Amino acid sequence: MFVYIVRRLMQTIPVVIGVTILVFSMMHLVPGNPAQIIAGESASPTQVAQMEERLGLNDPLPVQYFSYVGNAVTGDLGNSIRSGNAVTDEIFSRLPVTIELALYSTFLSIFIGLIAGVISATKRYTFTDAAIMIVALFGLSMPNFWLGLMLVQYFSLPPLQWFPVTGWGTPQHIVLPVLTLGTAGAAIIARMTRSSMLDVINQDYIRTARAKGVKERIIIYKHALRNALIPVVTVVGLQFGVLLGGTVIIEQVFAINGLGRLVIEAISARDFPVVQGSVLVIALMFVLVNLLVDLSYRFLNKRIELD
Amino acid sequence: MSDKQNTIIDVNELQTSFFVDGKEVKAVDGVTFDVPSGKTLGIVGESGSGKSITSLSIMRLINNPGKIKGGEINFNGENLLDKSEAQMRKIRGNQISMIFQEPMTSLNPVFTVADQIGEAVMIHQKLSKKKAREKSLEMLKLVGIPSPEKRLDNYPHELSGGMRQRVMIAIALACRPELLIADEPTTALDVTIQAQILRLIRNLQEELGMSVILITHDLGVVAETCDYVAVMYAGKIVEYADVNTLFRDPKHPYTVGLLKSLPRHDIDMEGDLSTIKGMVPTPDNMPKGCRFAPRCPFARDMCRENLPHLEDEGDGNQVRCWIHTDQWDGPEVNVKDDYESAASKQS
Amino acid sequence: MAETTPNQPVTKPPSPFVENFKTVMKKLKKNKAAMIGGYMIIFFFLVSIIGPWLTVHPVTTPDLTNRFAPPSTENWFGTDNFGRDIFTRIVHGMSITLYIGFASVAIGAFFGVLIGVISGYYGKKIDSVLMRIMDVLLAFPGILLALAIVTVLGGSLQNVVIAVAIFSIPMFARIVRGSTLAVRKLEYVDAVRALGATDVRIIFRHILPNIMSPIIVQATLRIATAVLTASALSYLGLGAQPPTPEWGAMLSDGRAYMWDSLHLTLFPGLAIVAVVLAFNIFGDGLRDALDPKLKD
Repeated sequence: MFVYIVRRLMQTIPVVIGVTILVFSMMHLVPGNPAQIIAGESASPTQVAQMEERLGLNDPLPVQYFSYVGNAVTGDLGNSIRSGNAVTDEIFSRLPVTIELALYSTFLSIFIGLIAGVISATKRYTFTDAAIMIVALFGLSMPNFWLGLMLVQYFSLPPLQWFPVTGWGTPQHIVLPVLTLGTAGAAIIARMTRSSMLDVINQDYIRTARAKGVKERIIIYKHALRNALIPVVTVVGLQFGVLLGGTVIIEQVFAINGLGRLVIEAISARDFPVVQGSVLVIALMFVLVNLLVDLSYRFLNKRIELD
Repeated sequence: MSDKQNTIIDVNELQTSFFVDGKEVKAVDGVTFDVPSGKTLGIVGESGSGKSITSLSIMRLINNPGKIKGGEINFNGENLLDKSEAQMRKIRGNQISMIFQEPMTSLNPVFTVADQIGEAVMIHQKLSKKKAREKSLEMLKLVGIPSPEKRLDNYPHELSGGMRQRVMIAIALACRPELLIADEPTTALDVTIQAQILRLIRNLQEELGMSVILITHDLGVVAETCDYVAVMYAGKIVEYADVNTLFRDPKHPYTVGLLKSLPRHDIDMEGDLSTIKGMVPTPDNMPKGCRFAPRCPFARDMCRENLPHLEDEGDGNQVRCWIHTDQWDGPEVNVKDDYESAASKQS
Repeated sequence: MAETTPNQPVTKPPSPFVENFKTVMKKLKKNKAAMIGGYMIIFFFLVSIIGPWLTVHPVTTPDLTNRFAPPSTENWFGTDNFGRDIFTRIVHGMSITLYIGFASVAIGAFFGVLIGVISGYYGKKIDSVLMRIMDVLLAFPGILLALAIVTVLGGSLQNVVIAVAIFSIPMFARIVRGSTLAVRKLEYVDAVRALGATDVRIIFRHILPNIMSPIIVQATLRIATAVLTASALSYLGLGAQPPTPEWGAMLSDGRAYMWDSLHLTLFPGLAIVAVVLAFNIFGDGLRDALDPKLKD
């Protein structure tokens, strides 16, 4: 296991390097002179030249890259063009909300997805199964931002007015964004759980459990589910990433001041250091989550040989 | 048949079918046999003969799209087919246990050996977790697993195939069942391990005084292990006899064919290994008369037209063949001695 | 090359895809949901081709006398904030949606398959380099990669297609690599190589036809994802620009008025759901029919 952890960590290194290169290149791939963009449209050529000097844009690209990474490691991702504040500060003031939103949504999708998937599998080919799978298919096929709009329309406006339209903070604020963001994940986890359960239920060891006289409910929840969960774990990890990406748009829909909204605001203001920094942080978080998922997968699936 | 008092289980006209695409496939079609207490019955047949479905039917472990359609399974005088699911659960793993063909996949990969053995006694004997663990250790010792204390906390993937089958036996015997059903318990194992496992089952049977139904396709295994033999073909029993009679004086042409195809080391092989010509009939192409008729070297029109009954031969042994009835309209036949010459004339 | 060899001893086994086409169609026909999905897709194509000829209202010309009209026999889905007929705009937007779905998946599949085949066929260094690059692309969760690309390229319909295409590449590359590895191990590929067939020929004649099934299944399901991703980018104002009748952009426009006039957001959203649903259902059915491993 230890060898595996080390090897898996080693595999992560080139990915992290690749991510930083890509994020670094963003600035240089944008049409136009970054110094001009940062200094502003109306800046004089002298001001632009000063800005180029300050940003080190006259250095060779590899030098610029290493200084970018070097600064990033010490927590310096540059300054926002809009506010002048440190990008790191802007990001970390927004990050907790986004993590909260993504985590709650992940929990919701796991909770609903697992229950629905197990029910669907145990009631295979019945009306209940068909109904759950059809709902899941719709959940998977709806644009999440549109679902958010429709939920707001129904639950936040008169006559119901159960939840606030926008914002974040109280438990009431949390319900609709989390429901919006978690629906697709719940649908995917439900489908995955169902097929995984159906696969497991036909295994010989389930027959062994039945032959022992174990109750059907215990067979489902103890013997089968434990095994069926193993492939679901991977999906959950991937879903967390998708949800992290999804916060960008859901935060926009519900006007939640998280990292996702920061990205969108920065894009429309052409505040590239902030875009760069946020994208970098989100990508690195996702890499970390995938790492953890892989490790737990390995831990859960004791049958995988350590090759 | 032997009298009822000494019979642990008595299966009567059992019918189990599978319903696929609106069609009925009769996997077990009127199977009748019994197992004398404390004895071992071998059920022999090729794959697809219905022998495994018979054993799963006794356990009432037939799932959709399968269904037990009729007959009786009298266990200690009570019909298992009349029991509720809850009553059956109290019997499974407690009074009747089963071990399966594939030790590699029959153990749950996410639970330890101790968990899996202990579960049965925790359910049926309401033992505490600690007591169940002691029981597991005792069972591992019983089935002859070396350094059993260490093995308790192993996961199945840490054990060899032979050891897993020993663990399966430990699970099955943990509650001291009266009847053990072993479905091809050695097929998936190496030859040397096969002999060990069979010897283990045999020894434990004597030690615990239980009855055993051994499902196999291998007559060699039957000769070593069983007291009685039921030969199954295409969902029906074609011959039932005690093991000595069956090997000395087989009556059904199919039994003879099976025996002839056994490799013999004591005599020189003359010509080719005698195998039975043709294929087991598929359920959608079941012969109208005797199901073995299309492959039988002695088959006549009466065989192809009419299904013979399982007739008692007077000594408790039974055979399902027209040759052994008064109605037989062909020349006098000694199935065992004439089989080869008749088979060689078969096209 | 093999054609010029006088007696060709090794014949290529017929492509399992072509071989099984009939069985696949049979299985598909049995799968009611998949058939519904298929018919829906055909219907959407017909709408995108014929529909614009049948609508009577202008697509982009505002009619300020008829703003926010609720659904009626005249304006089936009502009118928007510029008084334009929403039904007409949805019908005209169909071709845009299908274009985004197919174009981005076609581009993504092309490069993904290329990378996957090269990776799986040549293995070793090339494989690990290409796969690490794919890992880097996959490290950007969900829509974020597309968002970053559109940021760099600027917001437009074309750039959305490119962004969604790039976002699809790693999925195809991974699947194709796995399938290529499996096919490469088959004996006849060795035999063909022993006959002197070039790598390009082996890849195109022998490997690609064998891995068509997973590619087609993945492409169908990816179209659904592509449509969703593109609509999200447009909703954020980074995709198709007004007055293009793109559905995501319509949702973005309608949002400000949804409290009073729900039809501005309801119908374009339903249109997206219908298209995505059709491709998801059809993709599921295809997978069941083409990939026996995955049937339940």
